[in-house]
Amino acid sequence: MTDYTRSEIHLCVNGQSHRLNVDNRRTLLDALREDTGRTGPKKGCDRGQCGACTVLLDGRRVVSCLTLAVAADGSDVTTIEGLAPDGELHPLQQAFVQLDGFQCGYCTPGQLCSAVGMLAEHAAGWPSAVTTDVSAEGPAPELDAEEVRERLSGNLCRCGAYPSIVRAVLETASRAEVTG
Amino acid sequence: MKEFSYQRPGQVREALALAADDGARFLGGGTNLVDLMKDGIETPTRLVDVRGLPLDGVRDAPDGGLVIGATTTNSDAAAHPEVRRRYPALSQAVLAGASGQLRNMATVGGNLLQRTRCGYFADRSQPCNKRSPGSGCSAIAGEHHNHAILGWSDHCVATHPSDMTVALIAFDAVVHYETLDGTHEIPLSEFYPPVGETPQRETMLPSGALITAVTLPGAAASPRSRYRKVRERASYAFANVSVAAALDVNEGVVQGARIALGGLASRPLRAHAAESALRGAPATADRFGVAADAELSAARPLRDNAYKVTLARNLIVAVLTELAHPAE
Repeated sequence: MTDYTRSEIHLCVNGQSHRLNVDNRRTLLDALREDTGRTGPKKGCDRGQCGACTVLLDGRRVVSCLTLAVAADGSDVTTIEGLAPDGELHPLQQAFVQLDGFQCGYCTPGQLCSAVGMLAEHAAGWPSAVTTDVSAEGPAPELDAEEVRERLSGNLCRCGAYPSIVRAVLETASRAEVTG
Repeated sequence: MKEFSYQRPGQVREALALAADDGARFLGGGTNLVDLMKDGIETPTRLVDVRGLPLDGVRDAPDGGLVIGATTTNSDAAAHPEVRRRYPALSQAVLAGASGQLRNMATVGGNLLQRTRCGYFADRSQPCNKRSPGSGCSAIAGEHHNHAILGWSDHCVATHPSDMTVALIAFDAVVHYETLDGTHEIPLSEFYPPVGETPQRETMLPSGALITAVTLPGAAASPRSRYRKVRERASYAFANVSVAAALDVNEGVVQGARIALGGLASRPLRAHAAESALRGAPATADRFGVAADAELSAARPLRDNAYKVTLARNLIVAVLTELAHPAE
């Protein structure tokens, strides 16, 4: 008899193909950690409130704890492991190291994936809640501390490393603008 | 979480047929539904994923307005150039809600159907008439500092959590939905029934109906419009009070106003009394205060949320003043 409460799914995680048979109740976070061995995404609140489980789903940042694995069938997933595929740190990771963008490190994989997604959103011209004039045409306003804090407000850091996280993101953003 | 089957149909008719089953729920971004399933508040036996349906995207409507497809993500709606140009308060309202990650997941249709964040609704060990009709309301005598001051009943004092719907109702949005009988539409202002004795009945949608789009009339386009939200953190928190407003001023006299309020009732509220009080009045802070009072005179604060009356008044005056004098 067919079991309608399980599904065959395909995920491409950090460029690697995975065929999985999952309980429909399985979250993407649990599938990544338990079924594909990617333990970078962290289970903080498991309620979509802390951002520690943030991954890029088809290029956009999402919380994997409220994403059902079955609903992500056919998607490309990038976890923190995928930001440094050959052991060479992503520029954001380098900036976090150089500027002390963390203490205990538990929220860091989510902070980094969220920041990568956020920088892409900003580059695409998306406004934020602190953008003065959302109707202005052209590129989004240049990132400053207020914009970064607002755009990353979905990632909590219980150590309170926010000032250094903001500096690291701004440092990376300014270098990206210089080098294109 | 209880077990459930999962399907991702490609056509609306197919989705409606699948959802005809008792126990079926449509799944959009899942940011609210999956969370409630983890708590056993929602216990679907079948999830019908609507993100495979051709309901994504924003397009022009013949009347100069916009059609926002039901599965458009909050992010895409807020970032859309024509939403930002014609209805900036809608973009601001969406951006004021949740977090970047959640906005990338959450859909416009789902936003209309999100459930209250009343702590008692989410706590199965406590009575709650919305979750378990007839069991009582724990919030009336309990923790209710962020509950309703308008339109509540002895059965429920919870508020509607959406920011987006506050701006939508200010712009006379219409909800389009489909059932196995055909296509239908209902103004958003009539979409949420009064609480009355049935707080468990949250919308006028028939069982099994699927929201397909939200339309914004061209006549409501208001390049000068504004959404402001007061909350207990600078970001990523639900509203205590929010205001969406547009103001048309000519030579210091108000020609027309659109004002909607969030965080104050079981549904987003259009402030008709305030709008009437403003028509033909001088665009001054004093008159904005009079208009706010006209709306808020109906307020019945609970033991611990009278602050919302003052907060709403001040916020209405501040937003209208900002719209009347954009340079200040």
